[in-house]
Amino acid sequence: MQYLLLLHANESGFTNMTPEQQQQGMAAYMAYSQALVEAGAMKGSNRLRPVATATTVRVVDGKTQVLDGPFADSKEQLGGYFLIDVPDLDAALAWAARCPGASHGAVEVRPIWDMSAA
Amino acid sequence: MNPIEGGEQAQCAADAVARQSYGKLVAFLASRTHDVAAAEDALSEAFAAALSEWPRNGCPANPEGWLLTVARRKMIDVFRGQSRRQMVSVEIQSIADVLAAAPTDTEIPDERLAMMFACAHPALDPAIRAPMILQAVLGLDAARIASAFLTSPAAMGKRLVRAKVKIRQTAIPFRVPAREELPARLDVVLQAIYAAFSEGWTDPGGADAVRRDLAEEAIYLARLVSELLPSEPEALGLLALLLHAESRRRARRSLTGDFIPLAQQDASLWNKNQIDEAESLLHRASSLGVIGRFQLEAAIQSAHAHRCRTGRPNWPFIIQLYDALFALAASPVVAINRAIAIAELHGPVAGLDALPSIEADSRLAQYQPYWAARAELLTRSGAFTHARHAYEIAIGLERDEAVRRFLETRRSALPA
Repeated sequence: MQYLLLLHANESGFTNMTPEQQQQGMAAYMAYSQALVEAGAMKGSNRLRPVATATTVRVVDGKTQVLDGPFADSKEQLGGYFLIDVPDLDAALAWAARCPGASHGAVEVRPIWDMSAA
Repeated sequence: MNPIEGGEQAQCAADAVARQSYGKLVAFLASRTHDVAAAEDALSEAFAAALSEWPRNGCPANPEGWLLTVARRKMIDVFRGQSRRQMVSVEIQSIADVLAAAPTDTEIPDERLAMMFACAHPALDPAIRAPMILQAVLGLDAARIASAFLTSPAAMGKRLVRAKVKIRQTAIPFRVPAREELPARLDVVLQAIYAAFSEGWTDPGGADAVRRDLAEEAIYLARLVSELLPSEPEALGLLALLLHAESRRRARRSLTGDFIPLAQQDASLWNKNQIDEAESLLHRASSLGVIGRFQLEAAIQSAHAHRCRTGRPNWPFIIQLYDALFALAASPVVAINRAIAIAELHGPVAGLDALPSIEADSRLAQYQPYWAARAELLTRSGAFTHARHAYEIAIGLERDEAVRRFLETRRSALPA
């Protein structure tokens, strides 16, 4: 069963850190990714550039609207994700709790809708 | 045998199996498929089939196994029917294999506890956990559960469906959690059972059959958990607590339905068997050496039951227990009960000092037990004007007619 772990955090938290703290933070994520790979649970992961780089697109009445900024304007922003493959929700929640992002933000756990079976 | 006799016998046999095995059969089917709703549907069809077949052909030697075989077949049929849209045949085959794997002629494994852990999973809305357990383990319908939890059947039905969909789609596991997670997860299950009991308890007169039954069902569930996890002290503690409360059911109301506070209850009306069982459970729990909220609450009830033997509750011990409970699980309820116990031992002024303040916790402003306790302590300290005001608010916040009458009587007895 696959789950997407969506990492939400306040971006200024990272930018306000000292370079040493940032390096430590990165190292924590590296270790976490390594552990996921080691456990055979890692399916994919990416870090996103800050919301300042986000562009939102909608097509309304056949006309394309392009807007500067993220879809949802909130205090905590989507900053990255891990796609994992584990037996059940408890295993997914255990991985979410280990994610460094859970300590400085929130991790949303969503099951993947398997469309191959359709 | 004539058909009418056979029909009655079949009905009786089906009822008996339903009582003993319903939860076990649902748990067996659901834990293999993650699909509580499909398991319930298949089982209800199997019961319908039993009622039409057993009168004609006689009751099977192993009714439980018969029902499981039929329900299993129905469930596989349903999954096959969905296959074109939602599932690949490999998946269907694996579900069919898994369902077929367990023998039906021998003892069906009891997975009710695993199902309770799924129903009371932290990923589910806290308010739906108790209703989920009541439905999946006991087979109560949404209408009955709704009336006990004071919501509409339609709303309760919707929320139950949503919870079952989440269990299935997010793959919430059906299993007893590992040793290290067990205490926290078990606490969620015990709290759900306690919530079911409390809902049943709010009709102390027992006039409302649905609610009275709910308290009995909660005791049944607490008993089940304590039998399946006999060395978990909090599971034993919860059962002890519920039995202590239940033992006073007959003493809580007068013959005319008036509310009787604990201090004025006739202890000879308390159910001694239930008290004895609670005491021995608590004794077993304490020998396991890990204290917890439910054990402490049961111990407080036990100290009140002390009155049976000595004519007087053990107040110093009760205060100590409340101190421990407050340190472990601070809440307004605990603080208020502790203040009342302090007043018994050290007088009403000390009790008033120990009451939590509204400034510190604004929720107290609309919390009936706070105002009732305050009114009582103010009365005893002679501050009648303030007491009258507190009684008025307590009466305005109470939803139980008998308690309202009791408070009104107390208020009108105040000196002008």
